[in-house]
Amino acid sequence: MKTDIILAGVGGQGILSIATVIGLAAMKKGLNIKQAEVHGMSQRGGAVQSNLRISSKPISSDLIPEGQADVILSVEPMEALRYLPFLRPEGWVVTNIRPFRNIPDYPDMEALIPQVEALPRVVTLDADQMASDSGNARSSNMVMLGAATPFLNLSPQEMEEAITEIFQRKGPGVVQTNLCAYRSGLEIARKRQEASR
Amino acid sequence: MSNYLLLGDEAIAQGALDAGLSGIYAYPGTPSTEIMEYVQRAKEASGRAVKSMWSANEKTAMESALGMSYAGKRAMVCMKHVGLNVAADAFMNIAITGVNGGLLIVVADDPSMHSSQNEQDSRYYGQFAMIPVLEPSHQQEAYDMVFYGFEVSERLGLPVMMRITTRMAHSRTVIHRKPELAQNELKLPPNARNYVLLPANARVRYRHLLDQQKELNRCAAQDGYNRFLPGTDTSLGIIACGLAYNYLMEHFPSGSCPWPVLRICQYPVPVPMVEQLTSVCSRILVLEEGYPLLEQQLRGLLPHPSREILGRLSGAVPRDGELNPRIVGHALGLPSQTGQAVPPIVANRPPAFCNGCGHSDMFKVINEVMEPYGPNHVFGDIGCYTLGFLPPYNTLSSCVDMGSAVTMAKGAADAGMSPSLGVIGDSTFTHSGMTGLLDLIIDHTPATIIIADNATTGMTGGQESSAFGRLESICLGLGIHPDHLIVLLPLRKHHEENVAALKAEVEYAGPSVVIFRRECVQTAARRARSKNQE
Repeated sequence: MKTDIILAGVGGQGILSIATVIGLAAMKKGLNIKQAEVHGMSQRGGAVQSNLRISSKPISSDLIPEGQADVILSVEPMEALRYLPFLRPEGWVVTNIRPFRNIPDYPDMEALIPQVEALPRVVTLDADQMASDSGNARSSNMVMLGAATPFLNLSPQEMEEAITEIFQRKGPGVVQTNLCAYRSGLEIARKRQEASR
Repeated sequence: MSNYLLLGDEAIAQGALDAGLSGIYAYPGTPSTEIMEYVQRAKEASGRAVKSMWSANEKTAMESALGMSYAGKRAMVCMKHVGLNVAADAFMNIAITGVNGGLLIVVADDPSMHSSQNEQDSRYYGQFAMIPVLEPSHQQEAYDMVFYGFEVSERLGLPVMMRITTRMAHSRTVIHRKPELAQNELKLPPNARNYVLLPANARVRYRHLLDQQKELNRCAAQDGYNRFLPGTDTSLGIIACGLAYNYLMEHFPSGSCPWPVLRICQYPVPVPMVEQLTSVCSRILVLEEGYPLLEQQLRGLLPHPSREILGRLSGAVPRDGELNPRIVGHALGLPSQTGQAVPPIVANRPPAFCNGCGHSDMFKVINEVMEPYGPNHVFGDIGCYTLGFLPPYNTLSSCVDMGSAVTMAKGAADAGMSPSLGVIGDSTFTHSGMTGLLDLIIDHTPATIIIADNATTGMTGGQESSAFGRLESICLGLGIHPDHLIVLLPLRKHHEENVAALKAEVEYAGPSVVIFRRECVQTAARRARSKNQE
């Protein structure tokens, strides 16, 4: 078993909170993990990514080779497209469609979203809206994690255990809203996956 | 022992804590910052009274670590590659004095310059100082090597360098811990005169260092981090240093490479092991992260008639930039694969000031004051505010090294450029700007030094700044005239008055210091959050 995941977003969007949950779930399962992160200058509003590799066998490279990622999980629609050279032909893109506009030449949404949705295997969702609907606008990253779960070779139960463990010290209320957000994302992805079969 | 999912930086920090560390000194710099941050958060560090400090700069950090080693305890000093330039005076001479307690110097290089001005390769410094250099190929090895590094440092009486690169520093994996070692007792050096590098002593110590090289070579060949891995296909031999070994093995998921491989993770380069490889292979591919250090050594000045050396110098590997699986696969002649190209609709997203950042208001003030003089009169320095070079500000004309905004403003003013301004951050100022300001004051140079004071070391994630609460007293102590030391609050509502105040100092024909002071929005938010949690 091997899953190579590219997490994408903009510095400050907190993509590493997603990596933390996946990493913990994988570690508890006894899998090998390598997770290359971006620290430093790009964290100031620049494009950031994290290469997360999970495998039952030892992992050599910290970086995912081009054309080998199983999933691109992006919390921003334009950033989802930036890492396409790394996606393998049968790989999935799971992306939030809520744009993060901090540059003057951000593309028109009318042009951008159709390009994202034209990808052969893609799950798109408005994670910010879904997070608000599930009671905590700040849990959009857990919505995204839910939407990506069917492609990660880790079970929803394993993910929920990891979410519970990570948010435990913030209180049962925070655990509940994050689980709720997570499940709403998972639901969307399952529907999309079934539709594509 | 328990398992932890740690960054390479954190694995090194945990390794040091477990290996009996007594003190760690550092100045923040990507990609080395998380080593100190981890120690400062670690419960066992406070429980075991491990000293940890963000020093004023890398040189003061290095010397403090030497002092702790002198007193018999294990010490670590951490910095980014360019930080070693700042600490180089201490570094080169510590190789001559030798050490008492184990001294580990961790230097994090940044090939491809993700967050740096250059991609210099610190292994050259290790070779220059003639000390052992460790270059781990994975995070667990980095953890283990900290134990070895302290042990060999004490055995040889020499400082040991651990050289890591960005991907090692900032990649996370599961770490298995070893049992903890106790800290050393306080024990002054038996031969304290070794630390007195008067010429007569220094010559003796230098000869001793030269004599030790044989032992360093023996360690590199026999202590187990360098390995010769036989292969069946001798049409090519591969030397893979540090992380490069992982990019090589990525192409052989079964775990066995058909070609013989010499894996180098400790220097000096073990010559007998290289001979072992060249005796069976006449074509050698050198894979190293950074400069072509080993490749150059192997080539020598004159080409060897019966040997072909491939690497960054031959063009088999790009001359600059970090390695990755694709580059290494290409050098091996393996087929490459890639996904879909990046669609043209994707725009660049460079780093930018955070919303509400005080630097942004400061640059608007500077631009209005400098408008009549035309561009290129304002020098910059290293920090978040370097982004003032980019649109929409286009204010800064330089970013060279820590403190250079102050002294470049002096030199340009001396040449007759008027006005001449330097913009430097609060932490950068106490790192290396204070001495430059002293030059300006002594010489009564007509230049204006702007200190962008956000009360933190912002770019690296908000570490304590040595300047906090003492900028005015430092400037006054250096001798700036009190009338020409002013403090402004960079907020849009104060724009007009700030412009007037800065304009007056720019027009003044002597040295002046203008402090734009407003806390970093990131640190302010973090402080508010932790207050809420209390």
